[in-house]
Amino acid sequence: MSATTFSDAPQKNFAASRALGRRRRAMDAAVRWACIGATVIGLVFLASILATLLWRGLAALDWIVMTAEFQPTRYGDDTLPKGGLGHAILGTLIQTAIATAIGTPIGILVGTYLAEYARNSQLGQAVRFVSDVLLSAPSILIGLFIYQLVVLPMGGFSGIAGALALAIIVIPVVVRTTEDMLQLIPNTLREAVVALGAPKWKMITLVAWRAALSGIVTGILLAFARIAGETAPLLLTSFGNSVFSNDLGKAMASLPIAIYQQANSGFPDLIEIAWAGALIVTVGVLLINIAARVLLRKRK
Amino acid sequence: MSATAQQVSAPPVGARRRIGSTGDLVFEWLCRGAGLLVLLILGAIILTLFLGGLPAFREFGAQFLWSTAWQPVEGRENYGAAVAVLGTVLSSILAIVFAVPIAFGIAFYLTELAPPWLKRPVGTAIELLAAIPSIIFGMWGLFVLVPLIQSYIQFPFGETLGALPVIGTLFQSTNFAGTSLFAASLVLAIMIIPFIAATMRDVFDQVPPVYKESAYGLGATRWEVMRGVVIPYTRISVVGGIMLGLGRALGETMAVTFVIGNANRIANSLFDPTTTIASVVAMEFPESLMGSLKQSSLLALGFLLFVISFIVLAVSRWLLRPRLK
Repeated sequence: MSATTFSDAPQKNFAASRALGRRRRAMDAAVRWACIGATVIGLVFLASILATLLWRGLAALDWIVMTAEFQPTRYGDDTLPKGGLGHAILGTLIQTAIATAIGTPIGILVGTYLAEYARNSQLGQAVRFVSDVLLSAPSILIGLFIYQLVVLPMGGFSGIAGALALAIIVIPVVVRTTEDMLQLIPNTLREAVVALGAPKWKMITLVAWRAALSGIVTGILLAFARIAGETAPLLLTSFGNSVFSNDLGKAMASLPIAIYQQANSGFPDLIEIAWAGALIVTVGVLLINIAARVLLRKRK
Repeated sequence: MSATAQQVSAPPVGARRRIGSTGDLVFEWLCRGAGLLVLLILGAIILTLFLGGLPAFREFGAQFLWSTAWQPVEGRENYGAAVAVLGTVLSSILAIVFAVPIAFGIAFYLTELAPPWLKRPVGTAIELLAAIPSIIFGMWGLFVLVPLIQSYIQFPFGETLGALPVIGTLFQSTNFAGTSLFAASLVLAIMIIPFIAATMRDVFDQVPPVYKESAYGLGATRWEVMRGVVIPYTRISVVGGIMLGLGRALGETMAVTFVIGNANRIANSLFDPTTTIASVVAMEFPESLMGSLKQSSLLALGFLLFVISFIVLAVSRWLLRPRLK
């Protein structure tokens, strides 16, 4: 009927439409599979790293590795004493603890300044920008900086220089999370406290910080995890040591440096110890990261 | 009631300072001082690197920038930045080339394609990849990836593509250690994938749903929505995220040091060893003499690295600024 009425109207070409639809659907499916492939590739890298660490690290991990200090290679002679990473674990704990203790208060104060005092001021913008640059800046340059500033005047590598370099890395991480968490606090809460007559500093320390506590703790944990595996700046500041030492004025061992040196030594027994160390560092760092995530999720 | 109100006399205006004003002043300056300290640290880093590198800049002049020499023999010392700068830039750009398609795929999958129950675990797993220390990537790269690259990529590519006329030399190499520019770029790519993917995912999530729903309502497929709506809406931030990854790759030290081969030669082929600024500093600085010309040259290299990565990171932040607000 309609064909007789509109005989000169353009006819829909069903074959062409179907071909176009097929092409569009095929394209969509191709992209979807490519994206799934990309995600799988990303996960395979993670799985491969973890599997390698578990396979090679667990085989070498024992009590001696956790507690003993460095010993030279045994050349396959089992009567010689077996070495370990105890000195490096101690050194890493000392340096990261001092670095966190120095960096955290500064980071929290800067984050507070950005969120509570300088949200839109010029100085605030500058501080925020510089802190973001420091967050991604090459960490080896921070090592060079501390070398010039501390190691040269002191006349040698030292644990305190290593801790200072790590502290500079801690600051921007804590700044970022502190500022983000303080910005999430509703302004009505601040107004309510100030309306009761409290001075601003009490409002911040007693109410704002407390409301943002879990976020700030997350930032500290993430900063700790970040510096626990940091190698490059320590190479130029605390350098490494092969015996137990808690003297901050002398070169101090650390786990990443010990891994680096033993992995590159070329001796199979030392490389095994390096794998055990790598497993310890990675498991520690990932566990802290997961703990930080859980803490943050509880808040939301 | 009115009687009690009258008994409490208000303090005379201006006679007493507001309660807590001293504390306010102290606390505000404490916070501001910490902020100024951050500015000071960045300034001090630039200044010390520049001053430390000054003897080298004086000795070699502008030639330092394009000289390929690295001659530590006493009396004939001659240092140049060209090899390390080129290695840094090439390895980072190659890493971006490898990483961007994968990161885009992950971000697209996580925002549009993945079933909701899978989004969080997969997203967390990718983020954990970013938390692994760089020295672990280096070890894994050296002991696992490098042998694989050598037997499945370097040798076959060298045999098949190496015979091609002009680009053949890119794939031909006599390097038998396996540590190469290609291996370094691949490890760098794996390290920066999570950063780029996370940024892309965040910006894709910020596209107003109405825009996407309008396109779906017209019958567009998911890929067409991505290409026609999401990417045009977010492209500036996407480029910012890629620049952030580039900034990370430029300064990466330990992972690269393990797998790049640390040879002071310009790589003629993808599979030749070369070096980067960060790895030459890590390898040579601890054993150089205090105050020597070599140390000064390494500090000068550090200054160049700082300038390059500062520019890249500043551009990245500028491009991402709409997202940061």
